[in-house]
Amino acid sequence: MAKKLPDADGYVVRMKGITKAFPGVLALDGVDFQIKAGEVHALIGENGAGKSTLSKILTGVYTKDAGEIEVRGQSVEIQNPLDAQRLGIRIIHQEFNLISHMSIMENMFLETLGHKPWGLVSYLEMRKKAKEVLESLGLDVSPDRLVRELSVGEQQTVEIAAALSKDADVIIMDEPTAALTDAEVERLFEIINRLRSQGTAIVYISHKLEEIMAIADRATILRDGRLIATKPISELTRDQIVHMMVGRPLHNMYVRSRTPSQEVVLEVENLSVPGKVKEASIIARKGEVVGLTGLMGAGQHSLLRAIFGAEPGTTGTIRLRGREVTITSPWDAIRSGIGLLTENRKEEGLILPLSVMFNISLASMEKVTNMGIIDHKQERRQAVDYLEQLDIRTPSVDQQVEYLSGGNQQKVVLAKWLATEPEIILMSEPTRGIDVGAKAEVYRLIDELAAQGKVVVVVSSELPEVINLSDRIYVMHEGRIAAELDAAQTTQEEIGMYGTGGKYYEGN
Amino acid sequence: MKAIRQAGRPRQELFRRYGMLLVLVVMVFLASMLSDRFLTASNLLNVTRQVTINAILAAGMTIVIISGGIDLSIGSVVAISGALGAGLMATGAGWAAGVLVTLLVGLALGITNGLFIAYGQLPPFIVTLATMALARGFTQVYTGGRAITVTSQTFQWFGHGYVGSIPVPVIIMIIIYILGYFFFKRTKLGRLVYAVGGNEHACRMAGIRVNRVKVAIYGINGLLAGLVGVILTARLFSAQPTAGVAYEMDAIAAVILGGTSLSGGRGNIGGTIVGALIIGVLGNVFNLMDVSPFYQDVAKGLVILVAVLLDRLLHAGGGSLRRGVSSGADQAKSA
Repeated sequence: MAKKLPDADGYVVRMKGITKAFPGVLALDGVDFQIKAGEVHALIGENGAGKSTLSKILTGVYTKDAGEIEVRGQSVEIQNPLDAQRLGIRIIHQEFNLISHMSIMENMFLETLGHKPWGLVSYLEMRKKAKEVLESLGLDVSPDRLVRELSVGEQQTVEIAAALSKDADVIIMDEPTAALTDAEVERLFEIINRLRSQGTAIVYISHKLEEIMAIADRATILRDGRLIATKPISELTRDQIVHMMVGRPLHNMYVRSRTPSQEVVLEVENLSVPGKVKEASIIARKGEVVGLTGLMGAGQHSLLRAIFGAEPGTTGTIRLRGREVTITSPWDAIRSGIGLLTENRKEEGLILPLSVMFNISLASMEKVTNMGIIDHKQERRQAVDYLEQLDIRTPSVDQQVEYLSGGNQQKVVLAKWLATEPEIILMSEPTRGIDVGAKAEVYRLIDELAAQGKVVVVVSSELPEVINLSDRIYVMHEGRIAAELDAAQTTQEEIGMYGTGGKYYEGN
Repeated sequence: MKAIRQAGRPRQELFRRYGMLLVLVVMVFLASMLSDRFLTASNLLNVTRQVTINAILAAGMTIVIISGGIDLSIGSVVAISGALGAGLMATGAGWAAGVLVTLLVGLALGITNGLFIAYGQLPPFIVTLATMALARGFTQVYTGGRAITVTSQTFQWFGHGYVGSIPVPVIIMIIIYILGYFFFKRTKLGRLVYAVGGNEHACRMAGIRVNRVKVAIYGINGLLAGLVGVILTARLFSAQPTAGVAYEMDAIAAVILGGTSLSGGRGNIGGTIVGALIIGVLGNVFNLMDVSPFYQDVAKGLVILVAVLLDRLLHAGGGSLRRGVSSGADQAKSA
């Protein structure tokens, strides 16, 4: 395949003065964005800053209202996704576009499969080409393997391979590490480095600033649809980036106004979930934030769900204030004063086609109903209260929740659980996929809840978050509690050591 | 900076909501041009009465479809409930017992559907397909393939009576729709129907006892089929073994024409009555113009296809628009 050449200054894409308006809002306001061949260019901004609109214009999902796009020195109009693909621009989404019951190579060549006479397919040729591309990415698997047999990281590599096999030389990666383990992230970075050295341009969209500092060459920061800066990453510090994103310096992400008491509220003893959790015992005290962490799949998410009665086959004992309770369903858990904010808000947290108000009252319908009849005034009052208390930004409580940004959706889920007036709030990855400003608000809220005397148990895979947010931390390894650590004294290295099974914990 | 965007409903949404009403108005207008008998009081009453049975079944079907399910058994349930009620009265029982048994048979079959769907975790399509065959077969066995005559004049009142100048079935239909509106607007169960249809898994995680909700939904639908069993038996002075064949299809058609999404979570009962009226007016116009019933079926099929296609196009358009609005809301957020 003949590599297409960048223009004289080394740019593959130049977007100038891109403007895009949606009803009532200017999503992009004269934004310039240039991508060089062989660079990793981070696109940074809060939710709604215009990153996704910009990448959708570049990939033909939206058309711009004004501005110019040049690809390799040629002025182009990108009207639809096919135009973008022909120009060698591809996007790899958080959710992959792979067909899980088909082989790797079939997925890679899906669109060109039927290009032989009579719809015949040359598997021989396909296998050879697939092998070449996969090898160039350092993935040593047979092209005949089914996609569903691959790990998430491998599937992502197949997506990249599919893009490359279609001559893509600009690849946009939207939150590529969201579902990857640490080891997989490292592998992804190796692949990105390889692509960079081969002259492929990568647009890297991520909320994770550590990753951006590690992998990007340049960064473009957007805020409120406007370009704030495009600079080499070496000239930027983390704090500067946050400042530019949020528009104000964000000094104290983590607040501590709480004072945990000694009173034990939640005792979990020898909780087991077949194949996931093995005899885990934890306790949580009044006014305390307990962190729960470990490698991907170490059982921390399952443990939380098991406490909430959402894991079938759970065995073990749960005590609340010393009294044993039987929890076999979320309904039981809610009646016992436990709430669970799940890690996937769209699948398990929200009813997307319903309004903000309905979603808020969903788990506590009895509070706004009387003999099965809904008290609309009461329901609306409750929703408006939470809108103000949590600063949920929505045109009205009647807005369908699917139209809200990730951070605001997360706050609606939080409001739903607060409305049940729980004593214990379990949170699974509460800041996943939300921007830095919303993160700070969630942290503040968690502290506030603990200060009110509630118990908060937080599962998070991000170690800095776990350490700064929690009072005590449990580390899990292969389904077992590997360590209980004091958050004020531990380090990322220590947690990592227990999490990888490097050292076993010997009790108190 | 809470609301920089007005919560104005997009044009598509407006059309989605009232588009079918517009279609109905246009059809009524065309009908009155095509036949001068259409806009007479007696004919309009006639149309309304013809619509009642489908409209009542469609009301129940609206609940089922919004909850993300489907019920193919209602036509057969109409037949079996009517036959058992009429059979009871044929043995000398009074009209009240006949009505009660007809209703209860419908309710019981609906609940049975619900139990299999909820606790057996079976697809509603399969369960109700089986019930459809079972109930129809049992009706044939029970009746021996012959109609069971009903002589009670009080019972017949449910099909032929009038209150003032309004036929009883029409009054029943109006009551059902008022209750239906209240059900969706004000009751917890009505709300949960939307919630379960919108995201069943999230409902379970919010502590909603989804299985109970499902049993209630199919129970209500069965009860309404039983109610239609009463009206139809009364109307025909007898329970027919072939009563209600393919009624589920007309009911589903009315729900879809009314803008309710087959994928669940979206829709409203006001649209359903409009959908039922469209189907009714269509049939009436063809009758007035002496068109063969076979062509009526062809026309009905075409109308449904066009309506659903229209809906899809609007939905697709609405989809891209929604994405736009969504980024708009994102934008509003960080301002």
